[in-house]
Amino acid sequence: MASYKLDQSVKYAKSHEWARVEDDVVVVGVSDYAQDALSDVVYVDLPEVGDTVTAGKQAATVESVKAAEDVLSPVSGEVVEVNSALEDTPEIVNERPYDAWFFKVKPSNLEADLAALMTPAEYDKFVEELE
Amino acid sequence: MLQRTPLYEIHVAMGGRMVEFAGYELPVQYPTGPTAEHHAVRTAAGLFDIDHMGQFELAGPDVDACLQQLQVWDIRQMQLGDAHYSVLCYDDGTVVDDIFLYKLSGRWLVIVNASNRAKDWEWIEHHLGGYDVALIDRSDELAMLALQGPKAEQILQKLTSYPLHTVATRTAIETEIGGMTVIAGRTGYTGEDGFELYVPTEGVIDFWNLLLATGKEEGLLACGLAARDSLRFEACMPLYGHELSPTINPLEARLGWTISWNKAFIGRETLLKVKLEKPMRVLVGLEMVEKAVPREHYDVAIDGKVIGHVTSGMKSPTLDKFLAMAYVPAEYSAPGTRLDVVVRGQPKQAVVVKRPFYKPKYK
Repeated sequence: MASYKLDQSVKYAKSHEWARVEDDVVVVGVSDYAQDALSDVVYVDLPEVGDTVTAGKQAATVESVKAAEDVLSPVSGEVVEVNSALEDTPEIVNERPYDAWFFKVKPSNLEADLAALMTPAEYDKFVEELE
Repeated sequence: MLQRTPLYEIHVAMGGRMVEFAGYELPVQYPTGPTAEHHAVRTAAGLFDIDHMGQFELAGPDVDACLQQLQVWDIRQMQLGDAHYSVLCYDDGTVVDDIFLYKLSGRWLVIVNASNRAKDWEWIEHHLGGYDVALIDRSDELAMLALQGPKAEQILQKLTSYPLHTVATRTAIETEIGGMTVIAGRTGYTGEDGFELYVPTEGVIDFWNLLLATGKEEGLLACGLAARDSLRFEACMPLYGHELSPTINPLEARLGWTISWNKAFIGRETLLKVKLEKPMRVLVGLEMVEKAVPREHYDVAIDGKVIGHVTSGMKSPTLDKFLAMAYVPAEYSAPGTRLDVVVRGQPKQAVVVKRPFYKPKYK
């Protein structure tokens, strides 16, 4: 596996999503490690604004040349925005994984959900052990 | 135990992502990525390690009569140096394997799928009875590469004095290329012009490196299995285990053009009956009307009723559309027919379109 980039401003789930707190919402995407493992992304199936998502449960699907993979929401809450840019340019998930956010959640259980996620250093170690 | 081709170490050194395919460890992609590799073949050139495929040689006094019986194409039409696609069928008309035939000096070369190599060998051997024919497995001594794309000839020409522009599509030459005696067949599995190259195994590492260096300025990329699959898919070339199997006959697979009815061959009687009665189900091309990635095994449905299955599907890198091949009952096979592909439980609208999705560009 090639080396991967970590974003220091986010926390990570074991299922390789990242969560970035921006004001009162949580922005969600997939890690550089995940996009590399997925190979070229060709389609992203996003939730709808207003959908309720649950931490650790499927909220979106990312389809690569290889397979369809679930994207789990790292936090519980309500979807307040989805990244429609992914519809026409899903390849930005490969190119800029920490900019290519999938959806934003208004969290309902933020502190506990965040506490269950990994820091960049912890995720780095977690991924290293996967190798 | 997985097998490796002689280029295994090279693939790993190049950053190839190794996966299991037909019992072999092969690169599914290099760091360039499958989409870039795909586009390289459509616009410039790509190099593939396809040494997992089997190469059987048949020779002897009865070889023509024997081959004529074994497979569906009429080899009496073939001159020395001709190459042709064909199919081996069981008595019931279903497909043992799809193959490529080369008529070479004093012998025939039959190229078979890696996944069927042992089965094909047994099946051919079983049908040699009564013929004075020698069957020899050349798979270990011949390594097989594919150089594909509009710049393939230009690249290969730098390594040989043989005038490659004189080599027609579906013919082969045996000549010196890059200091090695190579069989070069103008054919491939990508829908582009190009060559399949049979190189002595002991020289294949040097040959691979030489080709990559020679084609650098033309934009030649090493390509993995993912690009090979998306390229053949766009050209609607069947892949055994997907569009072909021991439960599918070549008429259902739209390979009727490979069958020469004016001769005897194994499976002819059943197939002739299918031809007259028309196949009940056929392979169609589907284009998604609603955005979704159709994938192998997904149900094809009409009004909630499952009528068939996807055999291969993907987002086409060249056409930028979500496309699939699927078997459906013949009454739903006309272009323009609306049906659904069930994607994760959701019916998504699709329409039957003409095949191939991408018209091959041969010389």
